[in-house]
Formats: sequence, structure tokens, C-alpha cells
Amino acid sequence: MAELHVELVAADRKVWSGAATIVVARTASGDTGIMPGHTPVLSVLETGPVTIRTTDGGTVVAAVHGGFISFADNKLSLLAEIAELADEIDVARAERALETAKSELDAHAERRAEVRLLAVGHRKAA
Amino acid sequence: MGAQLRVYKRRIRSVTATKKITKAMEMISASRIVKAQRAVAASTPYADELTRAVTAVATRSNAKHPLTTENPNAARAAVLVIAADRGLAGGYSTNAIKQGVALSAKLRAEGKDVVTYLVGRKSVSYYNFRNLEVAGSWTGFSDKPTYGDAKMVAAELIEAFTAETGGVDELHLVSTKFESMLTQTAVDARLLPLKLDEVQLSDDRPAKAEIFPLYDFEPSAEGVLDALLPRYVESRIYNALLQSAASEHAARRRAMKSATDNAGELIKSLTRLANSARQAEITQEISEIVGGANALADASRGSE
Repeated sequence: MAELHVELVAADRKVWSGAATIVVARTASGDTGIMPGHTPVLSVLETGPVTIRTTDGGTVVAAVHGGFISFADNKLSLLAEIAELADEIDVARAERALETAKSELDAHAERRAEVRLLAVGHRKAA
Repeated sequence: MGAQLRVYKRRIRSVTATKKITKAMEMISASRIVKAQRAVAASTPYADELTRAVTAVATRSNAKHPLTTENPNAARAAVLVIAADRGLAGGYSTNAIKQGVALSAKLRAEGKDVVTYLVGRKSVSYYNFRNLEVAGSWTGFSDKPTYGDAKMVAAELIEAFTAETGGVDELHLVSTKFESMLTQTAVDARLLPLKLDEVQLSDDRPAKAEIFPLYDFEPSAEGVLDALLPRYVESRIYNALLQSAASEHAARRRAMKSATDNAGELIKSLTRLANSARQAEITQEISEIVGGANALADASRGSE
């Protein structure tokens, strides 16, 4: 089966890397799925969850805040200022952050907290 | 105990205490260098990918962006100097500040106004003491910078650069490059406007040497560049902060190591002095006793 190599990199560390069959990420023009052999693309990422289907059938979900995605030669780079894998996310903390963001009317913080919860699967996509 | 000996003993005690402190600081810095180096290494994949992407957009499209456009009559230049928050790091802060002052002088000679931005308490106190004008300063994170800190610094600088009126036309960065445990050099580099020919990857290869595929840009080349360039500036500043932090720890370790060595030397020579003072005291006591005994003997002989 064809596969592509994925590198998920945050500003201060490498978050995840490995082989995958499809990667779905939210770009400026909507959710984009990238499969092996996709045309080279470079686009801006929105704050949102990124889903990576690995070659062994598993799924890796990460919450990504701001960044971009570039694909060429079957190599996909996801760069984000902040990226967290679903199992690294502290649900209780994210929920607290969501509450404070809502009460302070901070739309950015609210979205960030929502995406975190979305990535963990505690919340349906809005 | 004689007065002289007591003074020596007191000085030995005080130097021993100092030596313990410097030794502890040396060891703390040694362990922090490793951490700081690891942080530099961890940030390179992001920086390299970003550099590649910026170069790819710039070479594969004709997109123009204010951050890459050179102003032929540049009148104002911003200089960001990165130094330490705390002292006891040998010449680390002084070297960075000197480099910044030299760069400012050079820019002034070219007829540009210099706007200074500072990171680290040491540079702030240097500029304040001399009553020099400072446009902005940040303190409190020089030994352990996070990406958030770099973002905060970059945001203000980019704002100054893109401001319609009263903005700056150039942005220079003065930081300390961590070359090895023993060598750290203060360097300056022009960050903005970005010259693509000078953009380098972390291993000093020019990024332009690579051949890039024909990317599809989403939403557009301009849009991508718009999003990428501020990130690129942030990442460059972040890298400079991390390298400077590693350099600061290395400089402090070296300074504290020589302080510890010097304290050891001092203790040694003070011990010698204390020993001879004690010996002199004993000799004096003996001669006093002998002298006293002789006098007694002479006196009793005379009475017989």
C-alpha cells in the first residue's frame, strides 16, 4: 500500500513522525485530505484537529494551533506553533480553559480550547 | 590566638564559603547548558522546515511582501540586543552589548536613525545608566526562553516594521552564537527585510541551493507568504534567544569555574600565611619563656 511520510513539528519539539495512508487537516480553504501521490501543496493551517491514519491501521489525532502544511515527494510536513497529541491533552484543563474563555469573551482562546476537546473526542465537531 | 592569625582564619572561612557558592553555580550552569542545547536542537526541525517553505514560496512565485521589500532610502533601523538577566557570566552580556553598540554606530554612520530594543536586565541597565533611548525591552526569560516569549518580542518588532508612519525600515538582531562549550561569539544579522540569498538552514547551507517542487499555494502565494513570514521572524528570534541562553550558561559556567579555581588558590596561600603566622607566634612565645627563664636564673644567681 502506498504511504506517505508525516512529520508533525511544533516550534519547540518534534511531536510525531511516521508513515501514514491519509492525513486530514483544516486549511484556509476547508478540511483537506492528503493521500500518497498528492500534488505538491503548501497551505496555511487553521486552528483545528489533524487526523493521521497510520499504515498499521491506527489513528493519531492532534490539536494544532496556527501553522502550515507542506507536501512534496510523498513527504508531508505539518508545522505548528503549538501542537498537542490527543493523549497529551489534559481534558479537565481544556474544559476549564473553555469556561474562562467563554466568560472573558476571548474567541481565540475559546476556539483553542474547543479544538483541544475536539481532538480528544469529548465534543462533536461544531 | 594572635590577632594576625585570627584575621587569616576569618578570611579563609569567608573564601571557603564563596568557593562553595561558585562551585554550586558552576554545576548548575553545566547542567543547564545541556538542557539549553537540547532546546536548540529541538527547535531546529521547525526552523529548517519553515526556512525551506519561505524559500520555496519566494522562488516559486513572484509574490511581493512588505517584509521582503527593500526600502532604498532606509532612514530608521531597529536593533534588538539579546543579553542576560543576571550577571556573573563573565563577558557574556558585555560582549553582546558591545556588538550592539558597534552595530548602532555603523548604522548611524550610514545615516540611519537607530531604534533600540532590548532583551535581558543587563542590557536594560546598561542603556538606562547611560540615559540612552530604548524603544522596548523584555526581561525575565533570558535563561529559559519559550516560544511564547519569542512571539511576544517578534510581534512588537513586526508591528514597528510594518507601521505606516514612524516605523522602521530595517531590523537587526544582535545575539550570541553558541559554537561550542568554550566558544560563544556575539554576532549581528539583518532579519528584515529578508534577503533570500542569505537565508541559511541550521547547518549553514544556503536554503536556495535546493530545488523546490511546483507547489500549489493555498489560498494564494501572497496569502501563504503573509502567514509564513511572521512565523519565520518569530522562529529566528526564538532560535537566537535559545542560542543566547545556551551561551549565557556556558559563559557563566566558565566564569564560575575560574572563580572556584581562584578561590582554591587564595585558600591555599592564606593557609600558608596563617601557618607561618602561627609558627611566628609560637616562636615568639618560646623566646619569651626562654628569655623569662634566663632572667630568673640570672637574678637568682646574683642573690647567692
